[in-house]
Amino acid sequence: MEMPKPKEDLLARKPQIIARLREVLPADAVIDDPSETRAYECDALSAYRCQPLGVVLPRSTAEVAAALKACHELGVPVVPRGAGTSLAGGSMPQADSVVLGLARMNAVLETDYPNRFIRVEAGRTNLSVTGAVESDGWFYAPDPSSQLACAISGNIAMNSGGAHCLKYGVTTNNLLGVTLVTMEGEVVEVGGPYLDAGGLDLLGLICGSEGQLGVVTEATLKILPKPEGARPVLIGFNSNEVAGACVADIIKAGILPVAIEFMDRPCIVATEAFCHAGYPDCEALLIVECEGSEAEIDEQIGMIRQIATRHEPVEFREAQSADEAARIWLGRKSAFGAMGQINDYMCLDGTIPVSELPFVLRRIGELSKEYGLDVANVFHAGDGNMHPLILYNANKPGDQELCEKLGAEILKLCVEAGGCLTGEHGVGIEKRDLMDVQFEPADLEAQMRVKDVFDPKWLLNPAKVFPLGASASRRAS
Amino acid sequence: MRVENEAQLAEAVRDAGGALAVRGGGTRPVGRCLGEPLEVGISGITLYEPGALTLVVGAGTPLAEVEAAIAAEGQRLPFEPSNWGSVLGAPGTSTVGGVVAANVSGPRRVQAGACRDSLIGTRFVDGRGQIVKNGGRVMKNVTGYDLVKLMAGSWGTLGVMSEVAFKLLPAAPSQATVVIDLPAGAAQVALAAALGSPFDVSGAGWLPGIGAVVRVEGLAESVAYRAERLRKLMAPFGPVRIEEDGSAAIWASLRDLEPFIGKDGDLWRLSVKPSEASEIVARLGGEVLLDWGGGLIWALLPEGSDARALAAPYTGHATCMRGAAGVTFEPEPASIATLTTALRAQFDPKGILNPGRMG
Repeated sequence: MEMPKPKEDLLARKPQIIARLREVLPADAVIDDPSETRAYECDALSAYRCQPLGVVLPRSTAEVAAALKACHELGVPVVPRGAGTSLAGGSMPQADSVVLGLARMNAVLETDYPNRFIRVEAGRTNLSVTGAVESDGWFYAPDPSSQLACAISGNIAMNSGGAHCLKYGVTTNNLLGVTLVTMEGEVVEVGGPYLDAGGLDLLGLICGSEGQLGVVTEATLKILPKPEGARPVLIGFNSNEVAGACVADIIKAGILPVAIEFMDRPCIVATEAFCHAGYPDCEALLIVECEGSEAEIDEQIGMIRQIATRHEPVEFREAQSADEAARIWLGRKSAFGAMGQINDYMCLDGTIPVSELPFVLRRIGELSKEYGLDVANVFHAGDGNMHPLILYNANKPGDQELCEKLGAEILKLCVEAGGCLTGEHGVGIEKRDLMDVQFEPADLEAQMRVKDVFDPKWLLNPAKVFPLGASASRRAS
Repeated sequence: MRVENEAQLAEAVRDAGGALAVRGGGTRPVGRCLGEPLEVGISGITLYEPGALTLVVGAGTPLAEVEAAIAAEGQRLPFEPSNWGSVLGAPGTSTVGGVVAANVSGPRRVQAGACRDSLIGTRFVDGRGQIVKNGGRVMKNVTGYDLVKLMAGSWGTLGVMSEVAFKLLPAAPSQATVVIDLPAGAAQVALAAALGSPFDVSGAGWLPGIGAVVRVEGLAESVAYRAERLRKLMAPFGPVRIEEDGSAAIWASLRDLEPFIGKDGDLWRLSVKPSEASEIVARLGGEVLLDWGGGLIWALLPEGSDARALAAPYTGHATCMRGAAGVTFEPEPASIATLTTALRAQFDPKGILNPGRMG
């Protein structure tokens, strides 16, 4: 992974930069001892690491603004960080950068049920947003797998999704407003507790911009009343293709489950060994969750049973109790941990049109053989967001490079099939150099012009998202 | 000038000697329309996959054509686009590009999101004449910046769309409306109670002569169940009845502002914090329609009225859709205006795309 060469003058000016940050921030908000900054040298894409010049941990929007203003004046790149759970290297530092972490900003600022929103500081974790309202019967819908740990600021940066997004949408569909601090230290309020903002949709632009347009310090989020109930079914199949065809048929039939999850045999085998969820012996399985009243769920599951029966399933298991429901989800929720137990793996994140599932799964199988690396598949089938897990041995010389090459091949395959490079993790550093597979130069130029507006000096998270070659002249200026 | 394909569109923008007034079917004449008319006639469905709930279509395709094609597969546009042609005195053929450019969303916006939330991809020609694509035809896509959202509601000021892609929803086989007989000023609290219930409300508004209305959609048995639960929940607010056969007509009427069609006066649209709706309605006077649980107020006021001054103070923004009150769109705070002006300069450096349209 290539990163821009750090600017020597910034490295040389480290004492001056840290001193300036200490002038504008409380003493304990600035860290520069390498033994302490080490905790910030990588995110969840831990194969790549880099020690920053320093770390700032502000407690308020005003402190974020002060830190950014100082860095802007000094020409220091800033890498914003929520909880550091990015799987795409979105918050990996550069050697000449300051990491700005929002973990200390985690308060609930306002809860408003009549207007159906919650306003939080952006360092608050995803699950704890729901935690703040669930005793009153409400929830925040986007549910990335990392929701116990990941921060709302990172969710906004990456426009994160999750298993229930088929029905409820991703972060951008559940975000009403933000407080944004620009690189120059200006505080801008975008959107608010009303449904349509006026003017251009800056909120839509900020969401998913990977921390390159500004630092989001507060967020107004849409909350929803909890449904009366939810129930999953597990359907086992003898082939990936048939499971894929069943997904399309369920959707075509006019049923909209809240989640349709897919696991293939390698993944089923690994999770069974790990958590003994009691999954059937089959090539592929679907977990379909329906929600509403008991009668409503019965009606939906009845239709799903009819559709599935046409595809001759190995098993159709409907949860009869909360315990059985939990067991159906157990294997799926443990899948990533289970794979990690047996092997090192790289988790990909491409999206494809659902109709291309059988073709793409078959082709991934062929590529897996070609490269001699096993691939397990677990993903959100309802919306075509795939997470192929490539298994490799990090201690074996050359294996990681081989794994990266196979990963790139699979992501290119997703684009060729009509899909995209990333469905919910973001581009970060991981897929940065594949961007020109999906985009023409004019497409990338249009996006980079947006960054020119918000951050003319290209100081915010500058070496992410865009191929280094395409952004070189802007970063140099 | 009318263009029939993307190459012609790019050429027309590149060769433009001055301002272009970009239009689809011309049914949304909101704000100033200066310059030579540029009509986008790029029409036709290029890709429709019912099993993937996705549709790609030329921006100049008539909305009715799209709705008919997907209805044949039992699907629909989630955001229930409104037709403003009649009320704005510009009846004609609404196009999907026009719907996107104005980010038009109907009553289901409270449940399914706005037009921008269903828009997953677009191709457009920017003010330099460059063809740009963003998003795609899959539901989940976080590859690069989301210019798709930026294009929705930009009224053709950043680029001229040639193609748009939507995610769709299965159409509900059944619907019912709970009608509560109460005045507009009392509606917001009842509507908030309905939207705060677990009964998956897909519309919550108020119409003159009818009262507050709450819609549920879905499979028949579940609609009956949820309507009944809502009837009980709404009972403390006023006399309640359940409307089944007339349900669709009520929502079409609210969606297309039928009570205002053919009436004189200035038409204002206010997007507000729902809990402020009652007070704003009282301050505005005039005739009103409420949608989105009170978060959207349509007001028909005497000619020359300034709804912003009448409604103040309020959280949100107001647009003069029809009238002679000066600025159509709410003036932006300075910090926002700096950003939007700079964005326009990047996408349209010559300032030729619908100049002045957004105020």
